[in-house]
Amino acid sequence: MTRLITRRSVIAAGAAAGTLTTLPISMVRLAFGGTREDFSFTYISDSHIQQIKGASFVRNWDMGLKRAVAEANLITPEADFVMFGGDLAQLGKKEELDHGAEMLSHVKGKLHSVMGEHDYYLDLGEYWSKLYGPQWYSFDHKGVHFVVLNSILTTDEWTFHRWPTAEQRMLEMAGLDNPNGSPFMVGEKQRAWLKDDLDKVAKDTPLIVFSHSPLQKIYKGWNFWTDDAEQVQALLQPFKTVNVIYGHVHQIQYNQIGNISFNAVMATAWPWPYPDTYAQAGAHVPVLTVPMNRADPFFERDATGWQMIDVNSGRVTARYQLWDNGERVVGYDPKLGKPVDKKYQEAIVRKAPQLHY
Amino acid sequence: MRRFTIALVLGAVLLSPATLADEFTGTDVDRWQSEFDSVAKKGRELWTSGALGTNSVACAQCHPNAANTHPETYPKFQKQLGKVAQLFEMVNWCIRNPLQGAALPADDPKMTALVAYIHKERKGVAIDAGKH
Repeated sequence: MTRLITRRSVIAAGAAAGTLTTLPISMVRLAFGGTREDFSFTYISDSHIQQIKGASFVRNWDMGLKRAVAEANLITPEADFVMFGGDLAQLGKKEELDHGAEMLSHVKGKLHSVMGEHDYYLDLGEYWSKLYGPQWYSFDHKGVHFVVLNSILTTDEWTFHRWPTAEQRMLEMAGLDNPNGSPFMVGEKQRAWLKDDLDKVAKDTPLIVFSHSPLQKIYKGWNFWTDDAEQVQALLQPFKTVNVIYGHVHQIQYNQIGNISFNAVMATAWPWPYPDTYAQAGAHVPVLTVPMNRADPFFERDATGWQMIDVNSGRVTARYQLWDNGERVVGYDPKLGKPVDKKYQEAIVRKAPQLHY
Repeated sequence: MRRFTIALVLGAVLLSPATLADEFTGTDVDRWQSEFDSVAKKGRELWTSGALGTNSVACAQCHPNAANTHPETYPKFQKQLGKVAQLFEMVNWCIRNPLQGAALPADDPKMTALVAYIHKERKGVAIDAGKH
């Protein structure tokens, strides 16, 4: 069943989330004293706008991004800002970035954008940066420190010396399962910047980090992976509440490593199988994750979607707005000390025929 | 596996008093395997190329390493096709819809290559026709 997502359904999803959510726009008493205003933000990711030729683009992917933008704009109260999680384009072309940026320009509120590998490896982020500015930076909003990272960099040898043309470099990195690709990394320069940035922030300030690739190691074969994840995590661990939100994987994932909660977001373009469904790969899904349902290929927008994210608990609560299934809510459970799905924790309440295998 | 097959054949020859009919040699087995591998390799090229349909979308965009294709579950009932379907029919559904292309005949060498690649990536999974 397909539903148009409205304010009512989002609030209903919030009500189902129980203790983790409060009414929109309220003041929350913080654990470390003082108060902070509740807020939420919209997260749209992985639209993979793909040019066929000239002015024609893949209709399917266009419709995903258009639908997410249209629905996000219907939500009241309005989100404070909109995040786009990377992979706006499929092959980094100016035409694709322009076409996607035009659609994204219709979002209400300020837009922050994360660099994805599909945006980067044609011109090494040059045109994307003209549209969206710096590739890594931080900002503060209502008591939360936000950091945007470019986590899809790789070695200089692979980037500058291996491929005869920029187009080939882009194609090699665009294939998820392509063995000629290269592991993503944040890199030394950006880690030094991150350390400096975080040195200025009190350790009890809630911290939310946005990256395109997971800042944890899941499955290297599909680059569900950041090679220097442990080094980045070490910079984040001193903070009391840390959330990392990443795109790239086109599926629901969540995990907890020390003080860091991880949430992945959906793509608007297409879903990906979980890595453990690849018979030659073995198990590679964070143990905490209750997988999303297997996609129904006969419904074009199934297993894609977007997210409403609130920080009302001081941690991230992600409300997945799914287009052919009920919404899912994943939030931090302070008693368990990790993110949990609010409904589907037990296998018996899940829909068996839709399990991934 | 190949070595095991050869050992089995040699063992059978040595153990049985009468020579078996249809003997095959290591050279045969190598040839058959390399024929299969070269067709599966063509399948992988088609899978990732974006040339099967008309909109440059490739199978691998949704199915890295042909994951979530479940070749071991066919034939099975597909409610949206309204019948028990074979794997090639579902491949054609994908070519027609997400790839906006024209369906291939069941015995088209391209279809054989695609199906060979799908099965190669799913090697070792038990046959379970009809499973959802």
